[in-house]
Formats: sequence, structure tokens, C-alpha cells
Amino acid sequence: MSVVSIGRPTRPEAPAQDGVPETHGRGLLQHEPLIFELGGWDKTGVDFPADEVAASLDVSDLAGLTRETPLELPGLSEPETLRLSQQNHAIDLALYPLGSCTMKHNPRLGEKMARLPGFIDIHPLQPVSTVQGALALMDELAHWLKTLTGMPAVALSPKAGAHGELCGLLAIRAAHEARGAARKTVLVPTSAHGTNPATAALAGYQVEEIAQTADGHVDIADLARRLNDDVAAVMVTNPNTCGLFERDVIEIARLTHAVGAYFYCDGANFNAIVGRVRPGDLGVDAMHINLHKTFSTPHGGGGPGAGPVVLSAALAPFAPAPWLSHGEAGFSLIEHAEGAAGEAFGRMCAFHGQMGMYVRAVTYMMSHGSDGLRQVAEDAVLNANYIKARLSGAMSAAYPDGPCMHEALFDDRWLEGTGVTTLDFAKGMIDAGFHPMTMYFPLVVHGAMLIEPTETESRRELDRFCDTLLELAAAVKAGDTERFTGAPFHAPLRRLDETQAARRPRLSWTA
Amino acid sequence: MRYLPLTDSDRSDMLAVIGAADIDALFVDVPASARLTGPVDLPGQAGELAVERTLGLLAGRNRAAGAGPFFCGAGAYRHHVPASVDHLIQRSEFLTSYTPYQPEIAQGTLQVLFEFQTQVSALLGLPVANASMYDGSTACAEAVMMAARVTRRRKAVLSGGLHPHYAATTRTLAHSAGIETRRLAPAVDAESAVLAAIDADTACVVVQTPNVFGTVTDVTAIAEAARAAGALMIVVTTEAVSLGLLKSPGEMGADIAVAEGQSIGNGLNFGGPYVGLFACREALLRQMPGRLCGETVDAEGRRGFVLTLSTREQHIRRDKATSNICTNSGLCALAFSIHMSLLGGTGLTTLARINHARALTLKQALAAIRGVEILTPRLFNEFAVRLPRAAAPIVEALAGKGVIGGVPFSRLDPDEGFDDVLLVCATETTTAEDISVFAKTLAEEIAR
Repeated sequence: MSVVSIGRPTRPEAPAQDGVPETHGRGLLQHEPLIFELGGWDKTGVDFPADEVAASLDVSDLAGLTRETPLELPGLSEPETLRLSQQNHAIDLALYPLGSCTMKHNPRLGEKMARLPGFIDIHPLQPVSTVQGALALMDELAHWLKTLTGMPAVALSPKAGAHGELCGLLAIRAAHEARGAARKTVLVPTSAHGTNPATAALAGYQVEEIAQTADGHVDIADLARRLNDDVAAVMVTNPNTCGLFERDVIEIARLTHAVGAYFYCDGANFNAIVGRVRPGDLGVDAMHINLHKTFSTPHGGGGPGAGPVVLSAALAPFAPAPWLSHGEAGFSLIEHAEGAAGEAFGRMCAFHGQMGMYVRAVTYMMSHGSDGLRQVAEDAVLNANYIKARLSGAMSAAYPDGPCMHEALFDDRWLEGTGVTTLDFAKGMIDAGFHPMTMYFPLVVHGAMLIEPTETESRRELDRFCDTLLELAAAVKAGDTERFTGAPFHAPLRRLDETQAARRPRLSWTA
Repeated sequence: MRYLPLTDSDRSDMLAVIGAADIDALFVDVPASARLTGPVDLPGQAGELAVERTLGLLAGRNRAAGAGPFFCGAGAYRHHVPASVDHLIQRSEFLTSYTPYQPEIAQGTLQVLFEFQTQVSALLGLPVANASMYDGSTACAEAVMMAARVTRRRKAVLSGGLHPHYAATTRTLAHSAGIETRRLAPAVDAESAVLAAIDADTACVVVQTPNVFGTVTDVTAIAEAARAAGALMIVVTTEAVSLGLLKSPGEMGADIAVAEGQSIGNGLNFGGPYVGLFACREALLRQMPGRLCGETVDAEGRRGFVLTLSTREQHIRRDKATSNICTNSGLCALAFSIHMSLLGGTGLTTLARINHARALTLKQALAAIRGVEILTPRLFNEFAVRLPRAAAPIVEALAGKGVIGGVPFSRLDPDEGFDDVLLVCATETTTAEDISVFAKTLAEEIAR
């Protein structure tokens, strides 16, 4: 079996079989050719006024600068275009328990608000006097984020969680450099999401791993051993990727500060504690918040996200441009790091960040209010513990003792000797109508299965999910192996050959 | 609370199943000193109507581009987006799904990414394109980092025509990695000046066309000279519609091409979310940042698509990854791809020609104003003009008269003595009436 380094198989096991012709649909599942297979190489689905087309034909002023070969891409009419995919699982279809991704319901009010012309149709560089409402909205978002985290400052512009991590580490780098002491190392637990070490490396640091205890927490003794005056920052996810709250978080912060390092908290799992715990009370210096997780802006098939970073007083002066300033004439934007704010470390992106996501996040915050947000955290944690309690008899919880936070982590001990892997079980879930949980992450648990139900599932849906998994687990134990090793059978496609995709990359369509 | 399905009796039943006395028992790991006992000091929950009122008032305090004459470009462009684009991206299967980690039930997203990569590859004229970056500026920064990995050199030369915010974003990222960026002084038409700045440690030159002043340049000779000196050629485009008419970066010899894709399928959104386009030569593929979608087969031999070459990425390689990017700009890439599917190659070319024609009309109208000097020698749909005095107060005065009259260059770069330079842009959304109102109002303001 072909496997990647984390033990996940990449090649389907089942032999090729004769199927129906590829151009057939099945019931409501339609055949969906590529746009390049629909013809339309010389047509367009956009109507232009004939007189404007005629008036635009002379491009002699651009002689020698125009395309030598015509742009060859198909154009489709609107009805052809609308027959676009139904071949995706989505939160709106069923519970989507992708651990650490927080696939919760996306309120449609956010979509409606973000499309108001006063938000979607304003230019980032039009006069600030004509965008006072937009700046007020950013200020409102900043106020909520600072209040919910108990932190004095926030940099809004990072465009996703990993971009926020980078922003935080660059602020930390700038703070060290301002003290004339460029440090070399960032400490990251072994259980961290891959973006943490990748970001630390991108920010120019060497990465050193902190060990984890047998019960899924940062090993404080190991941390203390590794801390010295060459450590720039300690990056800890809290609640962590095992779904546990770091009990010793205040001690982690104290030890970190004692050697002059900064405490970066990965806030990917803030949804578990929003309204109940303020990271500022834990000694955090910087923390990004994935607006697409905690504040439910849609995940969109892989973005856009938004990753504002809250900062402690020590790091606030180093925040990147732009930022808001409020004076008698209303809001203004400070867009240049030099001059007025000499310590700002630079700029994360061309403009002011993800305005479209800000509108959706503020809509979500205002809708829930401080009481509703606290309930969000409580229900997220309650739902995860409910799933953990219901499934623990059949599956092996990685950390059975004590409660989990917003996600329940299982390992593959319960699959030992069955001939079924975590991957097989996940694919079996697809046949039962559910998106699989996060698999093989965190890396510290063998064959990990990380289940995050979120707060927006009903008791009925949680029970349906648990009943289904219990039935599947019983089938595994009853020896119904092929139901899993060959799965999925009922998805639009059977298992895909990732090895071939990587060995002979075909990354674009060719005739 | 309308988004929370559990009732109080659900909650107490579930606590009983768990064996917890109350909800606080599930938060025992939180240090006692950090447990909040009541809600934080923020407003309580609000119904849809109340939220709509509040946000509607805020939106109403902004002057939408469509509300009157509007001439801003400089990295973000107002184009017409067909209604079907916005309809499709709100379909649940796209809006409420995530990164396609389980390809068997994510072929919808994966197929679109494959189509997107093909479209971007054709537009930029390079064989491999990734599945999107956050935006054009971060794509530019990542391209410089990639060039440093490929060449094992530590310097980047940025043209004076590169958008100043792209230069700042790139410098910020490069600085921490120990890569020195040398940005040349802003110049309307001097892209080849980058060649004199290349030395033996130069990883890449970064040239934008059309540049921030709107000047279109054939960079073929610059690319050849850069390559002869062992440096990679990175070509930046902030206005993707220009790619329908102008020579593609690949045709001009780019090793890496990056672009802001907002113009196709995406609204202005006050600067984000946008979508970065990223393409390169085949030989550089394995140093590329970002997600890649590839074609393969399923267990029955049917064509399907998966995320591939993930051994470059953070979730496998951790601190050895080519980038830290995870979530990118999926839905914006989808909007781009749908709009591009409607346009097709011929449609985009027609759209580009119309944009160009509008800009020429605008140029003619502004050139006729006493005291206005056209600076841009060869333009696509935007250009720079010199005004008789500082541009920013004039733009502010125009706004007071209902005309959004472009972007003062000083807004992008306050320190370079370009205070009297104004950047203006026209697209297919600009009417002849808009242009005549703008010209008349600007002439009046200058004469004042």
C-alpha cells in the first residue's frame, strides 16, 4: 500500500471495474463535463453593445504590445454555466464534522449584508470621507474582538489564519529587533497544526518542537528545558489540536515571559471559549482569530478567510499598516508604516484586509450578542462531549479522562486487527451520507479521527450522526471489512488515485 | 437564539448522558482565575431586523462606486459581474463546503479548481498555475520568496512601476527571511532600469505591466537580460482584464507571473477578499506555493480530481514547506472561473478592447483641460496625469461634488514627490456622461 509520511494511504485498493459510460448521470446526479468539453471556443456568454464593440476595434496605439496568439478559452451561455456542480458535500446537507475546521452553519444574513452596495461596491482607495461607514464597521469589529479577547489592540488586515500567524510572528520579530536582540528560535508543540512551524520558518525562525504529555497537553518540563534567551516566541494552540484546554496555560505564559520571549496563541479554536475565557487573561501576547471559524464566515470551498490578530500592549506598537485613527473629522486610515508610526513592521497585503468577511463577522457577532456568543462556546463544547460520551463505548477516545472542549479525538486502537484503517472508516462514512471527520491529524495520535460537531447541530442530528457511526463501528467489528476497504461505493466517484496524480501531474486541461 | 438548535431540555439531557453536573463541569481545565462568570461587556443578541437596520445605516454612510461618476483603479477595478456569478457562488455546495480534503465528495470544488488553473495558465501564458493565493500583493511576495529558493540568491529588485503596496507587502515578507529588496524610485516609464540593479546575488526582478502609472511595457528584453544574469523574471499584473488584449507574461518570457484576479468575477469590496493568480514555468513547479489540483482516476478508472503535490505544503512538510498558506481564496477563485467561463477568450478580449477604448476617451477629455498633463505613454485602461497642484485635495473636493475622481499617487506613496500626480481609470462601467461630468468638474476645480 502506498502511504504518505503520516501513514495515510494514497492509492485505492479496489481493482478497476467496468462501469457505466462516463457520460451517464445517475438519478439526480448529473454528468458534469469540464467547460473545455462543451465547445464554445469562439463564443461568449456576455453580451456587449455592438456600437461599443465596433468603436473599440482600433488598438493601433498598442502596436507590438498585444497578444501574439489569441486567448483560447471557451465561453458559455448562462444556461450552460448554471449546470455547475452538485458534487460537493456541504454543511447545508448534513453535519460536517471536520475537526479543527469548525464547519458550522453560515447565517445567510451575512451574505445579504455583505452585498449591500455600500459595502461590496466601494473602492479601497476612494476618499476616506466617502467610506466612513466602512471604517466604522472595521472599528466595530475591532471593538468586539478586543473585548472578547481582553486584548488592547488588533491588526485586522491578515487574510487568513496562517496569514494572521505570520502577522503575529512578524510583530514579535519587530519587538525583539527593536530591543536590539534578534532571537533565533520559535518553540512549537508536536501536536501543532502544520501552519505553525511553516509560519515560524517563513518568519525566519528555526523551529524546535515541544514534547507532549501522555494526556495530550504541553509538557511543561520540556518547555522549561528548551526556553532560553534565544527563544523569540512560544506558539501554542489553545484549546489545542487534541481538543483540550491547556490547563497550564498561565504557567506557559509565565515561563515564556521569564526568558523575554513572547507567547503566541493560535486562536483557531477560539470558538470553544468565546465569551467564557479572555486570552488576554491568560498572558497571551498575540493571537489570530479565524473569522471563518469562530464567527462563521463561509468557508467557500477553501477561503476566503480572514485572520485578524489581537496584540498585547507590548506588541501593539509594531502592528502593520493600515490601521484606524479616530478624530474630530471622523475616522481616518493610517496607511504608511513609516513616519507617524515608526515601529510598525510593514504591511501584510495591498489594501485593508477582508472587508467582505468583516461585514459577515460583525453581522454574526451582533446577531448573537455577548450572551449568544457565550452560548456558542457552551453548546460547541457540550455537543463534542456528547459525541465523545456516545461513541466511546465503540471507538477508542484518545484522551478518555476528563472533558474535551469543542472537538472529540479518537485514535485507531479500536480498529486494530480489523483490517480497516482510519481512512477506510472515513470513506465508509461517506457512503452513510456524512463528511468524514479530520483524519490523521493531530500527528501525535495514531490514526487520529478528530470530530468537531459545532454548536449549530440539533440534538436530533447529533443522534443521527452517533447512531450512524455506532452502526458503522459494529459493522467493522463484525468483519464486514469490504464495506470499508472498497468505500466509498455511493459517492459520485470511487476512491481516487493520489499517487498517480502526484507522479504524473496533470494540472490543467489539454485537448 | 435563531442559529442555535439546542433547547434547555436538550442541554440537560445531554449533560446527563455525559455524566456532567452542569456546563461548568466541562470547562474545568480553564484556570479558575480566568473563568468569566458572566457575559462580556458587549450588546446582547439581536434579531435580523435590528441587525439589518444597523448595518444598513453603516453601508449608507459609504458612497458606492455605482452611485455616480467613478474613476479609481490602482490595483482594484470596478467591472460588471454577471448575475449568474453571484448566484452560483451562493449555492450551498460551494459556499458552505471546505477545502476538498475528501475528493470523492468534493469533485464540484476540485473540478472548478482544475478549470480555474487552466484558465489562469492560459491568461498568464505559463504552463502551470496554482489554485489561488490571497490576493495579487501576497502572490507577488510569495513569488519573490520562491525565486530566492530556486536561485539560492538573496536579493530582489523591484521596479519603480510596481504598485507601492505590493512593494511594501513584498518587502515585509522578504525582510524576515533575510532577503534584501531593492525598490527603484517610482517612474512612469522606466521598467528596464531594473537591469542595471542586477548583481550576482539577485534572485529576481519584479516588473509590473501595465504598471501602477498605467504604462504598458513589453518586458521581453528585460526577461532575456535577467535570465542571462541568472535572475528570474517575475511579471505582475494588477488588472486581469488587460490580459485579454495585451501580451501575456509567458509570451514575454516571465518565469513566474502573478496577478490580482479581482477584476474578473469579484466586486471591489473595499479591498478584499480578492484572489491572487500565480503561474510559473514547469521546471519550477515543485517550489510553487499554494494548493494544486490535479487530474487522476478513481478505482473504476473514471476521471477525477484531487489536491496534489502536497509534499510542498505545510500540513506535510511543516517548517520545510514552500509556504504557510492553508485557506486561500476558493470562493473568489470560483467567481473568477465562472465569470471567465461566461466571457471565454473572445469575450475577455472584447471586454479588454472596450476598457481600452473608454480609457482613450477619458484621456482625450482630460488632455483637453488646461493644466492637465498626461504622463502615461502607452495605456490600457488607466493612466497618470499631472495636475497643476496637489492631487489629494482636488480629489477630496471632487468627492464633495459627487465625483470619485481617481487615486492621488501620494495615497500610495507619500514620500516620493508625486503629490501632483493623479491615477485615473475607466472600464466598461464608465459612461460617456460620467467622463464629461468628470472632465467638467475637474476643469472647474483646477480653475478655482
